[in-house]
Amino acid sequence: MGAYATKRIGYALLTIFFISVITFTLMNLIPGGPFLSEKNIPKETVAALNAKYGLDKPLPQQYLNYMGKMLTGDLGDSLKQKGRSANDIILTAFPTSAKLAGISILIAVILGIIMGSVSALNRGRFSDRALMVLSTLGIAVPSFVMATFLLIIFGVKLKCLPTFGLRSAAAYILPCTTLAFYPMSYITRLMRSGMLDALDQDYIRTARSKGVGRMILLYKHALRNAVLPVITYLGPLIAYMVTGSFVVEKIFNIPGLGREFINCITARDYPMVMSTTIFLAVLIVVMNLIVDLCYKLVDPRITLQ
Amino acid sequence: MEAFKNPLSFQLKAEDFLPADESEKQQLVVMRESTTFWKDALRRMLQNKVAMTAFVVIILIMLFAFVMPNFYPYTYDQQIRGSEFLHPMEYSEEEMATIQAGGSVFPHILGTDMHGRDMVIRLMMGARVSLLVGIIASVLVLVIGTIYGAISGYCGGMVDLVMMRIVDIILSIPDMLMIILLQVTLKTPLTNLFEAHPSLAWLQNLGVPMVSIFLTFSLLYWVGMARIVRSQVISLKEQEFVTAARALGASGKRIVSKHLIPNCLSVLIVTTTLEIPTAIFTEAFLSFLGLGVMSPMASLGSLASDALGGIQSYTYLLIAPAVAISLIILSFNLFGDGLRDAFDPKLKENKK
Repeated sequence: MGAYATKRIGYALLTIFFISVITFTLMNLIPGGPFLSEKNIPKETVAALNAKYGLDKPLPQQYLNYMGKMLTGDLGDSLKQKGRSANDIILTAFPTSAKLAGISILIAVILGIIMGSVSALNRGRFSDRALMVLSTLGIAVPSFVMATFLLIIFGVKLKCLPTFGLRSAAAYILPCTTLAFYPMSYITRLMRSGMLDALDQDYIRTARSKGVGRMILLYKHALRNAVLPVITYLGPLIAYMVTGSFVVEKIFNIPGLGREFINCITARDYPMVMSTTIFLAVLIVVMNLIVDLCYKLVDPRITLQ
Repeated sequence: MEAFKNPLSFQLKAEDFLPADESEKQQLVVMRESTTFWKDALRRMLQNKVAMTAFVVIILIMLFAFVMPNFYPYTYDQQIRGSEFLHPMEYSEEEMATIQAGGSVFPHILGTDMHGRDMVIRLMMGARVSLLVGIIASVLVLVIGTIYGAISGYCGGMVDLVMMRIVDIILSIPDMLMIILLQVTLKTPLTNLFEAHPSLAWLQNLGVPMVSIFLTFSLLYWVGMARIVRSQVISLKEQEFVTAARALGASGKRIVSKHLIPNCLSVLIVTTTLEIPTAIFTEAFLSFLGLGVMSPMASLGSLASDALGGIQSYTYLLIAPAVAISLIILSFNLFGDGLRDAFDPKLKENKK
């Protein structure tokens, strides 16, 4: 476990280093620098601004400065939202997104596991077929299509659920459904094939012949093995929640980090785009690392290769 | 005589050595003509109703996207004055006047958008853009991933180790974030590049957002393909026919291109088919966020995004692109699944 964990942490650090280098290089590809795009500013002012933000130094030096600041937890300033630091913006917007994502992950995992098991246990029957059709649709329908259909049906036609903001508990229903639908369908499929695999194993037959009760057999013997692929999916699931939040927060107008990020992109607020990208990328990499380590704890058979 | 024959005698019966007659020969003929791997897969594919339906749908969508716009009376960027926000099958006042005067006006089957552009033709162009993005991006992924994976798997050892570590790192980079970042930052450098080198004009026709989508796919998405090809090559290169080729003096390049890659063709076809919906999905996602194709060009994602503003009163504008994109992704997914089952029936049995 020790060696495995060290190796995984090493890879994660390497990945974060690469992400920061890529982000930094890309940001410097934009010609003219951040102070040239707007009105005619005198050359001296631009030079002074560049000097203030350390943009007159050679690139490696700039990178080191930037990373040094980042390591102390300072993500820089926003160019367009004057006087607000990136830390401030991220810290106020992130909890909203995290709450939304957390609820959606819970819904997706719980419903997915239940639906997948039900489908596997009723293989070939009507409920299995219906669940498979639902999950096939869930995988094919992009989140923005899902969101807009929910918006039309419940917000515009039936007018029974709020369509923007997060002011009441009911306002969570539509965004969370949208975010949870794709991962729920995916987990349902994973769970179904995992469960069918597990039920075919010899130890299940042995347990049954010993006279183990049906519920204990399903829960203790089959489910625990079938749920392993779902745990590996949790890493990609977190990455999905981040990208999903861009769409969902844009559509439902939720003041989270996703909407903030999209606004920064449209406003060409490059430092904010970079800070948010690094923040989210590090978040995803760290979460992936945690999921991988947990997986190793749950299933010690796994090795790095 | 027969009855008294010693059971241990070596005397042979003469009738056992008579030539076989026609009826006996017939029994030895193989019942069925032997089929090739590809014929076998095709037969299984034709039996799979879901996959064949998906295939027909794909063909229909392709006709809709690539052939029909040439015969359609409207163009995708044609703005008809006075026909803004027409509901499906509705005519504007001017068009009504023309009809009453005896002229004929082609109906707006799906209505028009806020600039008076016919939605059917915009949907066709949108589907064309989405399909093109999906197919070109998948081919890029196929080429890069196959070459990289084949080299890594064939060389093995240190080369393989280093190449696969690079793949691991690219795999753990959050792809969507990087794509968005690339889309944002590549716009200006690419525009400058096109201006500086007129020889790249054909690329410019695609538009900067398209080129950056292809660039991001060829930078980030080939890793999955590379892994699959590598594992195939590793298991194939130990087989006798490769040893035989090597003994005959074939070069590494020849072994990879003539022996190893043709043998993983079925896996490549399946993976590429399943890559198409991913690419279409990504393009739609980016266009929806306003990072994809530029107006007046349309893609299914940008059509949906444009329609979002008027969702309260013009719901029909949203439904058509949303249904189209789901249908395209669904049919490619089902077709890809069908191909996988056809090429590898064992896999399907395990999955059941």
